Amino acid sequence: MNANIQLSQLSANLAAQDDDDIDRLAAHAREIRRLSVAAIYHATSGHPGGSLSCADILSVLYGQELALDASNVASPDRNRFVLSKGHAAPALYATWASFGLMDRKTALSLRKLGSIAQGHPHVLDTPLAETSTGSLGQGFSTAIGMALGLRHQRKAARVYTLLGDGEMQEGEVWEGAMCGAHHKLSNLCAIIDYNKLQSDDRNEAIMGLEPLAQKWRAFGWHTLEILGHEIPAITAAFDEARAINWRPTVIIAHTIKGRGVPYMEDQPLWHGSVKLTREQTETALLSLGTSAIEMKELLDVR
Amino acid sequence: MSASPQLIGSSGDSLREAFGKALSACANDYPNVVVLDADIAGGTGVHHFRKSHPDRFFQFGIAEQNMMAAAGGMAATGLIPVVTTFAVFCLRAIEQARLSIAYAKRNVKIVASHPGLDVGPDGGSAQALEDLAAFRAIPGMTVISPADAEEMAQATRAVLDFDGPVYMRTGRSGSKRLFGPDHKFEIGKGQVLCNGNDVTLVACGVEVARALEAADLLAKDGIAARVINMPTIKPIDTALLAIASKETGCMVTAEDHNIYGGLGGAVAEALAQTTPCPIEFVGVRDVFGQSGEPDELAEHYKLTAPYIAEAARRAIARKKKNK
Ligand SMILES: Cc1ncc(C[n+]2csc(CCOP(=O)(O)OP(=O)(O)O)c2C)c(N)n1
Ligand SMILES: [Mg+2]
Repeated sequence: MNANIQLSQLSANLAAQDDDDIDRLAAHAREIRRLSVAAIYHATSGHPGGSLSCADILSVLYGQELALDASNVASPDRNRFVLSKGHAAPALYATWASFGLMDRKTALSLRKLGSIAQGHPHVLDTPLAETSTGSLGQGFSTAIGMALGLRHQRKAARVYTLLGDGEMQEGEVWEGAMCGAHHKLSNLCAIIDYNKLQSDDRNEAIMGLEPLAQKWRAFGWHTLEILGHEIPAITAAFDEARAINWRPTVIIAHTIKGRGVPYMEDQPLWHGSVKLTREQTETALLSLGTSAIEMKELLDVR
Repeated sequence: MSASPQLIGSSGDSLREAFGKALSACANDYPNVVVLDADIAGGTGVHHFRKSHPDRFFQFGIAEQNMMAAAGGMAATGLIPVVTTFAVFCLRAIEQARLSIAYAKRNVKIVASHPGLDVGPDGGSAQALEDLAAFRAIPGMTVISPADAEEMAQATRAVLDFDGPVYMRTGRSGSKRLFGPDHKFEIGKGQVLCNGNDVTLVACGVEVARALEAADLLAKDGIAARVINMPTIKPIDTALLAIASKETGCMVTAEDHNIYGGLGGAVAEALAQTTPCPIEFVGVRDVFGQSGEPDELAEHYKLTAPYIAEAARRAIARKKKNK
């Protein structure tokens, strides 16, 4: 990890969350990872690395921060989440399944003809996706539009969006960064899944991003850096973002691509689109603490 | 257990691989050719060029708009830039292609992999069904969609020899081999692949193999179909189409693209101004695609041989009614 990152003043807040809650969200994160891997196995294609790196963030979002449940997902006042890095769709469906917002079978029907679990989220198939993504940069801009639209209509709802680090190479992201700060969108919170890898190689080999936090600060965003696999740190960052006025917040979450599956961790080739063998899938699921019963359920689903 | 991934779609016979290999193989003959990538060299086939000619390979990151206009700039200095990304992201940078390449008349080759439903499981967001139409509408832009690996290799050389902006489709999945080394690709020319006088089937890209299959199906019913491979969508081979229209009296176009504005549109425009005849269009009927394997999608959206044959029967019926 970068030596000069400042982990803001988060440690003070960390004690606030109780252990049960942390355990609950960590368990969901593990389930999100297991379901993502199984879905990609059945699909015979997909993006495992970037799905695994954001599981903890998604767990905290859907398990706590967004306060979404079956009763309010269609409310105009709901909080919104946009997966701007749309290729992590397996993790999004897995998250919904883990929190009862989609059935597991649907999450595991990823990429199949006729399934609503499209290769990249499609709002007409899954309204909870809030918008269709898959072309990097556009989810972020759409989230900005949602934040503007909600504020204009004097709604208290907040908008969250998750971007990849490679995604930030799109000029559109910096147009959006300027726009979000200009319009003082304090109801907007962007999270960067800073796993240091993109499609072909490391960010720094493809198109360097650093100094990243300084860029966001210079663009006028309240900028935090956290360890993106630590649930208390993620929670505390969201708490801090909610307290900020007159500025949008960006949480730069340092993560490991492929997190939880040792043979995938920090390996550019596991970005995707890949086919998982049965053996690779079993090994991955074992690393993720899958029980024998669940292993069978995940692998033999039809 | 192997801890490395099976990368999909990079099967040896895909058009993107054929393009990448051909580009790398002929690069020494074209010292001014440079290749531009936006973090998907592994997917577009230019990983071959990156390996063989690293000093002429430029990484632009995930930033297609900057890459497209930068290609115009590199061309302004005398280089021949080959810009590579997925077809759908060429659409993202189309205004840069219009102004900084076509309007400025720059000698840039835009080579787009992952066109049409052939993209498969990535789904509707990634399946460009509009690119032929969009790029065809740009003044001065030549638009090409080869049908097999041999034609792809020849087209790669041909576009480098050609002076002017080109948009060329490759393809993601494995392709059928249709042509031998005796095949001759020429920009602006179609070829009759099989003769017949009852109906003409005009196709490009993955649909050429399906059109040939449809001709076999029709032959079983005693219908003699002429099959034309039309790898250049713009400028379209009007002379060849006019002869076919006169001699067969009706036509079917087949493409992995929206039925509006692509090959079908180009053929209809050409014939309306010369030798009109009934035309049926096989293509995606103005809807977006979805996830699925390419074969399943071709079936679901009615792009396979039986549907081309069915369209041929409709065209023949309309011809007879007109008489
Ligand atoms: C506009 C656009 N260009 C290219 C792609 C192809 N693509 C899909 S994922 C990816 C790499 C993304 O890297 P990153 O944002 O770091 O995602 P992560 O590492 O979290 O998977 C690329 C280039 C795309 N989806 N959209
Ligand atoms: Mg990344």
